[in-house]
Amino acid sequence: MKITLKVWRQSGPKDSGGLATYELDDITEDMSFLEVLDVLNEGLITSGEEPVAFDSDCREGICGMCGLMINGSAHGPEVTTTCQLHMRSFSDGETITVEPWRADAFPVLKDLVVDRSAFDRIIQAGGFISVNTGAAPDAHAVPVPKENADKAFASAACIGCGACVAACPNASGMLFMGAKVTHLGLLPQGQPERDARVVKMVNQHDHEGFGGCTNIGECAAACPKEIPMDVISQLNKDLRTAMQHGR
Amino acid sequence: MRCVATSTLPPSIQARRTTIAMKLVMAVSGSLFVLFVIAHMYGNLKMFGGQAAYDDYAHHLRTLGEPIAPYSGVLWIIRVVLLGSVLAHIYSAFYLWSRAQGARTTKYRMKKAAAATISARFMRWGGVALLLFLIWHILQFTTRTINVNGSHDSPYDNYVAAFQPSVWWVFVIYALAMVALAMHIRHGVWSATQTLGWTGNVRARRRANTLAITLAAVVSIGFILPAVFVLFGVIK
Amino acid sequence: MTDTITEIPVAPTAPEAPSPAAPPAPTAPAAPVFDVPLENAGIAHGLYRDGENISDTKAPPGDIQSKWTTRQFEAALVNPANRRKLTVIVVGTGLAGGSACATLGEAGYNVKAFCYQDSPRRAHSIAAQGGINAAKNYKEDGDSTYRLFYDTVKGGDFRSRESNVFRLASVSTNIIDQCVAQGVPFAREYGGLLDNRSFGGVQVSRTFYARGQTGQQLLIGAYQALERQIAAGTVEMNTRHEMLELVVVDGRARGVIVRDMVSGKVETHLADAVVLASGGYGNVFYLSTNAMGCNVTATWRAHRQGAYFGNPCYTQIHPTCIPVSGDHQSKLTLMSESLRNDGRIWVPKNREDCGKDPRDIAEEDRDYYLERIYPAFGNLVPRDIASRQAKNVCDDGRGVGPAIGDFRRGVYLDFTDALQRMSAEAVAEKYGNLLDMYQRITGENPYEVPMRIYPAVHYTMGGLWVDYDLQSNIPGLFVTGEANFSDHGANRLGASALMQGLADGYFVLPNTIRDYLSHGPYPKVEETDASVVAARTSVQARITKLLSINGERTVDSFHKELGHIMWEYCGMERSETGLLKAVDLIRGLKDEFWRNVKVLGSAEDLNQSLEKAGRVADFLELGELMCIDALHRRESCGGHFRVESQTDDGEALRNDDEFAYVAAWEWGGEEGMPVLHKEDLVYEYVHLKQRSYK
Ligand SMILES: Cc1cc2nc3c(=O)[nH]c(=O)nc-3n(C[C@H](O)[C@H](O)[C@H](O)COP(=O)(O)OP(=O)(O)OC[C@H]3O[C@@H](n4cnc5c(N)ncnc54)[C@H](O)[C@@H]3O)c2cc1C
Ligand code: HEM
Ligand code: HEM
Ligand code: SF4
Ligand code: F3S
Ligand code: FES
Repeated sequence: MKITLKVWRQSGPKDSGGLATYELDDITEDMSFLEVLDVLNEGLITSGEEPVAFDSDCREGICGMCGLMINGSAHGPEVTTTCQLHMRSFSDGETITVEPWRADAFPVLKDLVVDRSAFDRIIQAGGFISVNTGAAPDAHAVPVPKENADKAFASAACIGCGACVAACPNASGMLFMGAKVTHLGLLPQGQPERDARVVKMVNQHDHEGFGGCTNIGECAAACPKEIPMDVISQLNKDLRTAMQHGR
Repeated sequence: MRCVATSTLPPSIQARRTTIAMKLVMAVSGSLFVLFVIAHMYGNLKMFGGQAAYDDYAHHLRTLGEPIAPYSGVLWIIRVVLLGSVLAHIYSAFYLWSRAQGARTTKYRMKKAAAATISARFMRWGGVALLLFLIWHILQFTTRTINVNGSHDSPYDNYVAAFQPSVWWVFVIYALAMVALAMHIRHGVWSATQTLGWTGNVRARRRANTLAITLAAVVSIGFILPAVFVLFGVIK
Repeated sequence: MTDTITEIPVAPTAPEAPSPAAPPAPTAPAAPVFDVPLENAGIAHGLYRDGENISDTKAPPGDIQSKWTTRQFEAALVNPANRRKLTVIVVGTGLAGGSACATLGEAGYNVKAFCYQDSPRRAHSIAAQGGINAAKNYKEDGDSTYRLFYDTVKGGDFRSRESNVFRLASVSTNIIDQCVAQGVPFAREYGGLLDNRSFGGVQVSRTFYARGQTGQQLLIGAYQALERQIAAGTVEMNTRHEMLELVVVDGRARGVIVRDMVSGKVETHLADAVVLASGGYGNVFYLSTNAMGCNVTATWRAHRQGAYFGNPCYTQIHPTCIPVSGDHQSKLTLMSESLRNDGRIWVPKNREDCGKDPRDIAEEDRDYYLERIYPAFGNLVPRDIASRQAKNVCDDGRGVGPAIGDFRRGVYLDFTDALQRMSAEAVAEKYGNLLDMYQRITGENPYEVPMRIYPAVHYTMGGLWVDYDLQSNIPGLFVTGEANFSDHGANRLGASALMQGLADGYFVLPNTIRDYLSHGPYPKVEETDASVVAARTSVQARITKLLSINGERTVDSFHKELGHIMWEYCGMERSETGLLKAVDLIRGLKDEFWRNVKVLGSAEDLNQSLEKAGRVADFLELGELMCIDALHRRESCGGHFRVESQTDDGEALRNDDEFAYVAAWEWGGEEGMPVLHKEDLVYEYVHLKQRSYK
């Protein structure tokens, strides 16, 4: 296969950046998208140009480290992570535009690498169950209905990649946050902190500079873990309940 | 580096200052509008019942609640509530709009929409269009500041006068407004159910969308039908 | 910057590397001639020296059941008011490090944590699929702490320390309690109680799991506990910071030199104790199931500062990975071994059939070789056996899948029977996400065509040597998780790495480190202290050197070549000749690396080539030590088949008389040779016997 890559190059957070065009042949359908960037980088280094910086680690679709805007879609045309996207999803001769996640809460560090630490701070604000090591009762002390356990699991599948923010026209992080609130809120262990958790997390989310949600649904369509919009509904409901509980 | 926001306010107060609270304001005020336009549309359909039916209805609106409430009292209450909602609706709409602008100051060179409906994407400008329409509409029918084709005592006559073929452009304005309204309701109703937290599963989401599409169609068609009949001279 | 257009030349081909397809060369022309007794070939070739024996002095004497309670009691306490004055550095925030940070933070110590990713939630632990063992015996199928202990010692092929393993087995149950309380969504039964499965050749159901994403869920649990402590101010988290040197002052580990990977700043961090939880080094093979960033730098730098490296050659090869599809391959993907519970493994009986569509190969022309050779265990034989037999049938020319070079590397893992027995829905419910992943990567539908699998490097049992307290031979340097050598011996049981990481981090280290800390705070170290300055200068010098070579080959091309050498000569099957040759090849490669590597960009910037270069430089040194370790261990044990040590019917043969010890290697200096210290292993509870799965 032969492809043309238009890649966002930006030397640092302060640089304004721009698209650079590279032609590659010798691409095969079995290559993953990131392997194509590896090939590009090997070529760039050999020809004395600095390689393109991009994030990836597990390359198995689970760590959430990778994430590129490919041809205008977060993680590219398939419902998967960038590292699990393979070239068979593109056609020979195609021009592919590659950009970093765009959101002011995710500033670009270099080329395609962005800073997603805002997500960590949202978790810090309350995305946990407070239990010190050693303080736990026997695991079978509290049964959890399978249905709740399954739904909690489905929400817990979020890998924190940030595609939801990248895809959302408002650059909102509600899907990410909704996933965590739903995961913990559906379990009996998560009840005591339920009100405080949602309020603190949403406050932190807003404080980080993400946009508000207007229920557009791009996030769920881009999410590689197929987290549904249910979780945003749940998030809204939990916040409303917290307001009503009026502590 | 930004850090975790700490606040000493009680959670329920903190909760009121979030973007989700803003959305709730919009959903509640928007829902009031939906109820209002349904009722208003129902009233307008009385045009098909003839002059007496429509004028009676308009009169009845003003005597509603009498003698406990004064003449036009209930109507004024409704007006005040609606006006308040409009202000709240507009405030929260612009708040979220400006936040969204600030949340992505560098735009994508290429961005494809995967799931957004046209209605969803038209919400903000559609809302502005509705606001402009509303101002025009109130100036025309309520305050009668703008008189198209003469002013009459009978609301029925006013209505008929407004949609005569000679002033076809009035009809065009209303027709366009109804398109904007349909789109706004289509996304708005779905969105409000989601905001209120009623769409926790696939089935509920599908139902909310069906409801939104149905209401959008019913309201916009219900509104425009009498006007069409006037335009073509069936109602005169 | 404006838009530019550049024409990219085709990626340069790596200079001649030994093709993995070729069988090990019968003679090694480059290697020294060996007319010496084989037992001490390494010594004779001047590759290492013998040092004095070492032993673990921390495990209290007495009955194995009571050792841990005794140790917990004997470990001195630290007054809560003093904890704030004690600083602990933790490098790595995977399961082992994240859980330790959270627990130490809760206790009130001042914790400084480092990881190279942009968030602690991304540590490689997240990729673990299968599950985590715990001797809960919820199934009442005869499991117990003692049985888990027994299985682990036996599974490790009698090369682990009994005291450590027993402790691991006994805290395993607390882990599950802790995780459930944190909200880890383990799989449950309809009654709402936890579900278990049996895993990796074990006959009891003791593995807890969360669909195929157990590691992710456990890590998120630890991550959330960690973030909670960050918010509480007890833990200072430094993401995108890579540890490049250990600071040792007056014989104690007192800090680390790290590089801020965004700004490029080299920073010094000092503390009362240092914990390394930096994971495994499987990436020395270039292709492995490890994440791209997994490295040996943290532990290797500590090794160079004097910490002993235990059993470096012990790696685990996982049988069920997706085969290589071409030269561009950057990593291998593991599919959970649980697939072997319902899938059947086969290759064609005849070489001519290998290129055919598998569905056209008649039942009688298929060789279900595991079921044939090991009727009792069939497809559920341990990982090493499944891996080696897969290699054997492929070496025999009966591999399947695309030929890379002139060689097919793959065997079928067939779900046809399972699909007939259980319905497609039931199969999807159990394995859906794995099968989808397979389809995404290969483009083939496993519900219709048998999957292809091949072994790949997966886990490293070796690591820094530690005592019962998880302390290395450098006082104040503690090592947890995959980064240490303890607990798994020569082979790790499936679902036990997660258990070890969390046991170390939540329950063991916080207890043992307090004994060390109770003697603190240690004298304040200034940044101007000579050892600190030396450590820092060496880091800076290395960075400058790497950037100044400006040679012709990319870092990746060196890494790939090293990987080929390691896989070929120090992988599943090892031989004296091969290993000697490998040492030579690696030395040559290392030499070329420091002359000819090309690293662009600057040091004061996010520079991924520079990061990689540092890691590969350390892999080159480690690779050599691994080969030397493998060379000296002239026995087949655990995952490793040593050609010189086999039974008459070609099965692995362990040599307990000579090799029942831990090989703890001491750094011999840049020009010197490594020194071998042995820790003899004594088995009081589980009796030494040869494994047999026939
Ligand atoms: C694909 C796969 C599947 C697996 N499945 C299972 C399973 O089902 N069950 C099971 O029990 N085990 C499984 N394992 C093994 C298990 O996942 C690992 O052994 C275990 O998670 C290691 O945890 P850790 O905390 O020691 O290290 P890691 O999780 O690897 O964490 C290492 C940490 O160290 C940091 N770090 C590394 N180097 C540096 C440096 N130089 N400077 C700063 N920070 C550094 C990293 O950022 C990271 O935070 C699997 C492994 C793989 C590869
Ligand atoms: C007065 C002029 C109006 C303006 C300026 C306006 C503007 C908006 C805007 C900007 C939104 C946010 C949608 C988004 O950003 O995607 C919105 C939502 C909404 N509007 Fe309006 N609108 C107006 C009138 C109406 C009317 C007449 C109705 C009812 C028929 C209505 C019902 C709704 C509903 C239900 C929502 C959804 C609230 C939510 O997001 O939960 N609006 N409006
Ligand atoms: C084809 C569409 C419409 C027609 C023909 C129409 C017609 C009228 C008429 C004739 C009146 C005057 C009634 C009276 O004074 O008794 C009126 C009032 C009003 N209409 Fe409409 N209307 C239409 C759509 C809308 C829409 C979409 C909205 C809201 C978004 C709206 C909001 C109002 C309001 C607020 C009043 C004033 C009520 C009051 O305060 O007295 N109308 N309309
Ligand atoms: S919700 Fe989905 S898209 Fe968003 S961070 Fe999580 S996995 Fe990524
Ligand atoms: S796309 Fe954005 S607007 Fe809400 S539903 Fe998703 S966060
Ligand atoms: S690299 Fe881990 S999800 Fe893509």
